[in-house]
Order: sequence, then structure tokens, then C-alpha cells
Amino acid sequence: MSTIESIQNEIVEEFSLFEDWMQRYEYMIELGKSLPLIDEKYKTEDHIIKGCQSKVWVHADLEEDLLKFRADSDAIITKGIIAILIRVFSNQHPKDILEANTDFIDKIGLKEHLSPTRANGLVSMIKQIKMYAVAFQTQMN
Amino acid sequence: MIDVKKIREDFPILFRKVNGQDLVYFDNAATSQTPQQVIDVIVDYYSRLNSNIHRGVHKLSHEATDAYEQARIKIQKHFNAAQAYEIILTAGTTESINLIASGYSTLLKAGDELIISALEHHSNIVPWQMLCEKTGAVLKVIPMTLEGTLDMGAFETLLSSKTKLVFVNHVSNALGTINPIETIISKAHAVGAKVLIDGAQACPHIRPDVQALDVDFYVTSAHKLCGPTGVGMLYGKSELLKALPPYQGGGEMIATVTFEKTTYADLPHKFEAGTPNIAGGIAFGAALDYMNSIGFDNIANYEAELLEYATLALKKIDGMKIYGESLDKTAVLSFNVAAIHPYDLGSILDQMGIAVRTGHHCAQPIMDFFKIPGTVRASFSFYNTFEEIDRLVQGVRKAVVMLQ
Repeated sequence: MSTIESIQNEIVEEFSLFEDWMQRYEYMIELGKSLPLIDEKYKTEDHIIKGCQSKVWVHADLEEDLLKFRADSDAIITKGIIAILIRVFSNQHPKDILEANTDFIDKIGLKEHLSPTRANGLVSMIKQIKMYAVAFQTQMN
Repeated sequence: MIDVKKIREDFPILFRKVNGQDLVYFDNAATSQTPQQVIDVIVDYYSRLNSNIHRGVHKLSHEATDAYEQARIKIQKHFNAAQAYEIILTAGTTESINLIASGYSTLLKAGDELIISALEHHSNIVPWQMLCEKTGAVLKVIPMTLEGTLDMGAFETLLSSKTKLVFVNHVSNALGTINPIETIISKAHAVGAKVLIDGAQACPHIRPDVQALDVDFYVTSAHKLCGPTGVGMLYGKSELLKALPPYQGGGEMIATVTFEKTTYADLPHKFEAGTPNIAGGIAFGAALDYMNSIGFDNIANYEAELLEYATLALKKIDGMKIYGESLDKTAVLSFNVAAIHPYDLGSILDQMGIAVRTGHHCAQPIMDFFKIPGTVRASFSFYNTFEEIDRLVQGVRKAVVMLQ
């Protein structure tokens, strides 16, 4: 199992290969298209993350001590951002998720290339992922 | 005729780069850009005149007061108000609306009816809902058609002797529809109701004559017509303004103050408590001068050409759906392409240096009507060019390939 940190480093490296932001957007759109679909039953109000111009749904399950995230959005670039977050945080131990720092987002320059509402949405998504980790960590203790 | 190349030289911001490309600014319905002539007035105010107005004994205060009151007269002339004191300078359209809503909270009673339209911006919905909660008055809504125009037959059935106030925007911000306000005003007056017209989206394109319209209240913001943000106006017929209580208490709005009783100043000062946005007010006057030097007929003709050109070109894109197809509309194109989320499309256009608005445009009821999360809105101004529209069309085509 790759650690959160090593996955983050991989992503930073991948993003550094692109020449401009258009290419990064193209990459995020491809990631968005490849994100596995979430079950429609999770697309409910209590799975919605506030703070996005687009809708975002996140659901988490604990399987063998690892958190598995499933998420979706009605906007494809947002789905790409979610795909990056899921790659980093899914299949990880809740404790590691809680302790992970999220510097990689600044390193890939994601925030400053997103509109303010999308950047807020990104912060909300990370907060929601950490909230799930808190909830399951408490359950495990 | 418009010499767009020469006009563009007045707007320094149009020459900046965004994401490495020449800026294409198509978010004019959100805020218009500021010409050097207006920027100069603001710089001159702070460089030469800055002082508090209406109360100073000294020279600077006199000059600043003169400049501010001259601006009020420019605004009066522009809108053809009968008196300068019928022009109340406010922080903008939203404050103007809230001022009226707040005033009427003391004049309405339970069971009175207010009418708004389905085409309103949130700032012309929420204050009236709050007013209804406070007074027990009932809010009625003029429905819209699929073309994005008001259902005028339905409007007539809503009118009755219970109707006290009618609020409609002159032009819809989300769709660009020009509403038939002359008819709305005369029909509302026939049942004794007063009418407030929100002109925020109309004033960049149309020069309204408040006396010819016989409108009771007309509101707008300076920043939509080449002026600065944070300043706007409320026009009201003097007898109606006199009947309303003050909006905020403070300096400038009083005649005499004792601890027992305060008497209020005359119009317009009754509604202008505190130190106003002096530079903003003066620059508002300068912005109207600038717009008039170009001429509203020239502006309307040129923008109509831009709109027609853009509409034809965008419609050739597969999956293009334009919202708001009234025959009578300003240079606003609200659209979606197939199932692409407007936010995605707007983000890619931004990477190409093209500024558009995406989302619900603070008009969620309109988006609910069309059952969409929002639209991409490109809104044009007299300083935009056909070449810029070509870039938008190419940009949308490229984004669609990426996103589909």
C-alpha cells in the first residue's frame, strides 16, 4: 500500500510535467471521466458538500480498517479534483488521513488556478474527508 | 456610429493579459469597466477636493459639495427627473430597494398585496419577502413564458384593489429580456398601486425617462454603466419620498436634534444619513457624461449588432441552447451546451482569457423554471468587438471538445 505522502508526491510530479494550465485542465477532465460512478442512492442532500457552484456528493465506507471513498459531481472538472483527492485518501487508515497534511494542493498550484468558489469547494471536500476519518476513527476505538 | 478602436483606448483594463492571453471581457452585466475619464475624476477628487460635504465652512468643503451636487443634477437630467432632490444617492441598487422596502414596512398592513416578477434577481425578491414577513402582506409572482418573457395576461389577473406595490426589473439580468414596463406601470396605476423598477441591467443600454414612464421609483447602480462600485441611486416621486420615514438615522439626515425629538431634513438628505461615497457620487456623474458622449442610440445599435452576430455564431454549435429568446432583449446571451456543466465551460474559457459569468446569476427561480443548475452568460458592451465574439465562439467550440 502506498502511503498518502508518496501518492501526493506522485501527483505533484505528474502536474509538473505539464507545460500549461490548459493541459492540467485536460488531465483533470480525463480523471473526472474515469472516476467510478457513485451509487445513485448516495446522491442525497446529506451527502452533498456545501461551498461548490457544482454539486458534490461524498460517501465513505470502512473496509478492513481502511476508508473507501466514493464521490461524484455534476461538473466534470470538479470530478477531476475529487478523483485526485480519492486517489490520495481512499484505501487509507483513518488515523493516517487525519494526520496527513495537504500541502500538495499548494504545490500543484491547484488553488490559485481555481475560481474562488471552486477553491472553497476544494477546502470543503478535504474537510469532509477528514470528518469521515474522525467519525470512523472514533468508531474503531 | 461607434469607433470601437478609439473607445477601447479609454479603458486601460482592456489591454491587460489574463492567463497569458488578451483579455476578452464578457461579464459586463455583472460590472462594466471604467474609462480613464472616470478614473481621472476619482483621482482628482482625492488629489484636490477631498473633504466632508454639506457642513464645512472651508473652501475644500464648498468645492466638494458643489461637485457632489453637480453630479446629482447630472443624474437628474440623465433620467429626466423633475427635481434634483428626487434623486437619492445610495450605495447601489440593492440599498435603494431596501430603502423603499424598509419605508413601506410602516405603510402596509396584513392582506395588502405586492407583485414581483418571475424574472427577478435575488435583490428584488428577498427584501420584499422580508417586508411581507414583517407586515403580513402577500407576495404574488408574475409567471414567465418559455421564451423568458413575462406572462402579461397573468399579470392582469393578479392586479386588484389589494395590490399596493409592483416591482419589476426593467431588464432581466439572467436572460436580458426587456420587460414592457410602460404597460406594467399604467396597469398598476389603474388599480392604485405604486411601481418600483429595478434598472440595474437596463441603464447600461437604455436611457430611461422617469417622467415619461410615470414610474414611482426607479433604481440603479453606477458600476453597471462605467461608474465605480458602491454608489447608485433611487429616483422617487417627491410626494412619495416625503411620505416615507427615513431609512437610517445619523448625521446629515436631521434638521434639529434634541433628546426629546429630532426633526428630519428635507429631501434628499432625509435618506442620506452619514458621510456619503463622495468620490463615487461625483464619478457617477462623470460616468453618465461619458456614456452620453458616446450616445445611447449608438450604444443600442452597436450592441444589437454584436448580439445578433454572437447569437448566429453560437447557434451553429451542436447542442447549443440559448435561454431568453425575447425579441426585445439587451446584449446578453445566457446558454448551455448539451449536458456540459456551465461551471466547467466557464473555467475553460477563463483559461483562454475569456471572462464570462457562470451559475444561477442570483436568479435561482429562473434556473429552477428551466430545470438547469445555471448557465454561461456572456454579456456585451459597446467596447466589445466582433473579433472578441469570434474568440468566444472558438473558445466554446474547443471547450466542448475537451469536456464532452
